[in-house]
Amino acid sequence: MGAQLRLLRRRISSVKSTAKITRAQELIASSRIVKAQMRMQAALPYEREITRAVTGVVSNAASVDHPLTVAKENPAKAGVLIVTSDSGFCGGFNANVLREAEALRGLLEGRGLSVVPFVTGRKGVTWHSFRQREMGGQWVGFSRNPAYADAKEIANTLIDSFKDDNGIDEIHIVSTEFVSMLTQNVVVRRILPLEVEETEATESTTIPPYFEFEPTAGDVLETLLPRYVESRIFTALLQSAASEEAARRRAMKSATDNANELMRMLTQQMNQARQAEITQEISEIVGGANALADAAAGKE
Amino acid sequence: MVIAKTVDGEIGIMPQHAPVLGVLVEGGVLKVKREGQDDLVAAVHGGFISVADDEVSVLAEVAELGSEVDVAAARDALDRAQASIEANQEDADAAIEAKRARARLRAAGEEV
Repeated sequence: MGAQLRLLRRRISSVKSTAKITRAQELIASSRIVKAQMRMQAALPYEREITRAVTGVVSNAASVDHPLTVAKENPAKAGVLIVTSDSGFCGGFNANVLREAEALRGLLEGRGLSVVPFVTGRKGVTWHSFRQREMGGQWVGFSRNPAYADAKEIANTLIDSFKDDNGIDEIHIVSTEFVSMLTQNVVVRRILPLEVEETEATESTTIPPYFEFEPTAGDVLETLLPRYVESRIFTALLQSAASEEAARRRAMKSATDNANELMRMLTQQMNQARQAEITQEISEIVGGANALADAAAGKE
Repeated sequence: MVIAKTVDGEIGIMPQHAPVLGVLVEGGVLKVKREGQDDLVAAVHGGFISVADDEVSVLAEVAELGSEVDVAAARDALDRAQASIEANQEDADAAIEAKRARARLRAAGEEV
């Protein structure tokens, strides 16, 4: 009995220290979400304006042919940018992204395309190198705090490969979209060639104004499109960073809750064991005393 | 009134201007003339200016307000860039660097 008591005590103290760690992780993640959300907000105006400008150019100058807007006739390779996190402890965050990426891979291969993954985040890179999948590019070290320069570097690699005749012919992006603290969705988007979205005109949408271009529509597009791709990638990185922290907070919260529940159960078991031990000791003492008393009575 | 420098030359935008989308030059100075207030001056490196619905938006890769420019650092950067241009005439990076430094100094109201 005494051994069991000691065992339970040891387990309780180990669970307690785990709970402390997960609780701390939870608090850190909560404070980081706010920061990540603020960065997301700060990037919104630029993204909105650049999207508006691209819409303006494309809807004004439909005749403009640019390598980035025209779908290639016989696409052979598709690039997929997969945005994952650098560190773990965030529940199903990376698994969800990678599962969605695998589904997209199947879809693209069904269309007869070979898939080249471009991966950001240490978790995704490890996942791919473990399966010995060749990657078109890999970037690590900024999943929690992406800078614009990171997005630019990724965009340059993708665009260079896109412009190359033997390179990729389509670019898709798989990342996590931050909807709210509780909801994050994995989204798959094609960023190149540009998709002309036929949105239904609501009352709030005004017809894009008829732009004049300085110097020409083609030149504007030439400089505008890479910026647009960068901005889309940057937004994806920021959203993913916020989602990662939200996922981590949730995972750590449930880990803390589980640890507390386990601690409660173990404490109960320990008390039971202690009580049983005491009861046994008392009955042994009483039994011993009785035996002594009986023996003494027999002598007289 | 907004004055910016596109690759075609300087452009001044008054209220009710027709919609324009222009490419800005590397190392330009953007000026916003405001009524009753001092001009807002900024060094803008590359990017776009778009005018629509009486709204001007400037999308720049890098921008700095004139009042926030560190004059000593900019002058230092200009000197360094010029030194490397003198050493190597085809140093494109240094040429851009010099342009940027000049724009920052001009935005801060310094003579270059």
